[in-house]
Amino acid sequence: MSCKTCETAVIGTAEQDKKLRESIAALQGDHSLVQILQAAQEIYGYLPQEVINVIASELHVSAEKVYSVATFYSQFSFNPKGKYAISVCLGTACYVKGAGEIYDKIKEKLGVEDGGCTPDGKFSLDACRCVGACGLAPVFSINDNVYGKVTPDQIDGILEKCE
Amino acid sequence: MKMVNLTINGMKVTVPEGSTILQAAREANIDIPTLCYLKDINEIGACRMCVVEIKGSPKLNAACVFPVAEGMEVITNSRRVFDARKINLQLLLSNHRRECLSCVRSGSCELQKLCRDYGVDDESIFDGLKTPSSIDDSATHMIRDNSKCILCRRCTAVCDHIQDAAVIGVNKRGFDTHIGSAFDAPLSTVACVSCGQCIVACPTGALQEKDDTDKVWAALSDPEKRVVVQTAPSIRATLGECFNMPIGTNVEGKMVAALRRLGFDDVFDTDLSADLTIVEEANELVERIKTGGTLPLITSCSPGWINYCEHYYPEFIDNLSTCKSPQQMFGALTKSWYAEKLGIDPKNIFMVSIMPCTAKKYECKREEQSVNGVPDVDVALTTRELGRMIERAGIDFANLPDEKFDDPLGISTGAAVIFGATGGVMEAALRTAAEWITGDPNAPVEFTDVRGTDAVKERTYKVGDLTLNVAVTSGLKNAKEVLESIKRGEKNYHFIEVMACPGGCVNGGGQPLQPASVRNNVDLKAMRAKALYSQDSDMAMRKSHDNPILKEIYDSYLEKPGSHKAHELLHTHYTQKSRFSGE
Repeated sequence: MSCKTCETAVIGTAEQDKKLRESIAALQGDHSLVQILQAAQEIYGYLPQEVINVIASELHVSAEKVYSVATFYSQFSFNPKGKYAISVCLGTACYVKGAGEIYDKIKEKLGVEDGGCTPDGKFSLDACRCVGACGLAPVFSINDNVYGKVTPDQIDGILEKCE
Repeated sequence: MKMVNLTINGMKVTVPEGSTILQAAREANIDIPTLCYLKDINEIGACRMCVVEIKGSPKLNAACVFPVAEGMEVITNSRRVFDARKINLQLLLSNHRRECLSCVRSGSCELQKLCRDYGVDDESIFDGLKTPSSIDDSATHMIRDNSKCILCRRCTAVCDHIQDAAVIGVNKRGFDTHIGSAFDAPLSTVACVSCGQCIVACPTGALQEKDDTDKVWAALSDPEKRVVVQTAPSIRATLGECFNMPIGTNVEGKMVAALRRLGFDDVFDTDLSADLTIVEEANELVERIKTGGTLPLITSCSPGWINYCEHYYPEFIDNLSTCKSPQQMFGALTKSWYAEKLGIDPKNIFMVSIMPCTAKKYECKREEQSVNGVPDVDVALTTRELGRMIERAGIDFANLPDEKFDDPLGISTGAAVIFGATGGVMEAALRTAAEWITGDPNAPVEFTDVRGTDAVKERTYKVGDLTLNVAVTSGLKNAKEVLESIKRGEKNYHFIEVMACPGGCVNGGGQPLQPASVRNNVDLKAMRAKALYSQDSDMAMRKSHDNPILKEIYDSYLEKPGSHKAHELLHTHYTQKSRFSGE
């Protein structure tokens, strides 16, 4: 049971597509689905539906079987990351210091849910667990920049600096 | 076979090695409660309802997967066991939308029964946050309500292991765990075959057919409409179960009486168009063999199978018989030949079919299943929906007199009755083919070796000069094996019967629900099929082409099998679809 569309269509760029198919061919075997998913996420940054379909097709299983395994692990994302990937720490220390309010404020400002991305692809938002900077709680990061001891009223200013 | 001796609640039991404690207990006439376990389908030991004490084991063990051992001492009814089961039920209820008063499964819900059995009298004891969910009513044939799902996984197991579609599965984990499709897409947008086997597997009200009875009640009260009903071959063998009659009771006469009392203008029998299907399909088979057409010819009566073929094996579309299913042929004939006979506009005929099947709901909505924009069938109801209509109308089903179908479309043969069981279409076709090819009216009637519920039945028949290789299969995973063997060039068949549901229509996704406690212990398929074979053997006419009404219809209307008119009304075509979407 293979799918002609998935065999022929190019998913993402030609280079990404080539890498994906090579990874599947190299890893294919019993109990290799998680490794294939990791490789695919490495290539695309997330796991779009077309990629799940290709993996399913190549492994001769249904798309739901692949999706079911992928959703079991928190390491896999099904939404693209924005140009500015925001990650709000909701670990215990940050949470008691008001990270929940920071998180809600960003959600409201960007109009996205957890794991979502703005339609223009500029911002994506994720909640994460402890980043090891509890002394600076509450903490959030935009790409590799960490912002500590933030208050909700600073959010607008920080986001405006992202061009 | 090596036997093992053990005791259950102090009573000695001897069972074959490899049996589970659940099976051994059954031998001792003890039913251990189960929720996730469904014999041959879902054996994962997940729900922990079947926990028992085993002497020497510090923890409770799941009887459904724990193998017996020599000298084992099992206790199934201790206080500790009961307490554990009760807490399990309370925890399940804590995440269950409890609208038992209005739930379609009230009275047939396995969770509800266990709560009663275990004295769960405080349903709110562990109340708190519930897993967020929404109702998916996107599909034509069914509704999923995850707020009533207990995550037993019986539905996903049947979809995967038995029907090979696996369009539903377990998504996410922990508190967010839920049953759904890839990317949580609505069911109508994935390659679901509409077989409904998940519904008959579900212990609660999480899955149900889409109820179309309101449309039928509306038509019945519309004086402009002539409301015609047809009943599929298998309904007479199962409808009685809706009224607590023994499994395998043939209730044909009472079913007809009930339909008449519900107010249908004509009470007809799909068996007639089953006969018609045989005549058209046998003609198609002979033509294909004679002219070198695409072989093997594969039956097209089962809409779940048609969906599967279109989505997963489109390379076999040319092998499908172009014959519409009996349901659709019946509608087409009613809205043409019968409408002309009555002198009424086909648009004023409201055609209702009573089917063992949820895929029939999808089939009758297909665009190509209509003539001149008039759908062949307006509403397809499942056996369960008919049962509910009869109940609502207050008809005392068990005490109804036995009545006969109306003329002229209520006359049929034994060949049609057996359509409801796996192998029935094949046997009916062989009866006709044997006589047509040999010209001998005394050609054999019974082809008993295509009967039974084996995964794949292969036979070779010598009919006249012709050697006919046939195969019969049911359950889509089994169908897949047959198709793959053909693709590998290992098999060379002329004719194949495929039914989507294991055992055929008697075990269809629209049939009365039987709880796991019944399904795990009796052969439901065989018991229901027996009623059909017994009716067939009692009938005077047992070959489809002997049906006198068919002769009249061909003589006065269709001319001959495979004629232009027959093609216009009774044949159809299929479309390749994606295995990743509903289209």
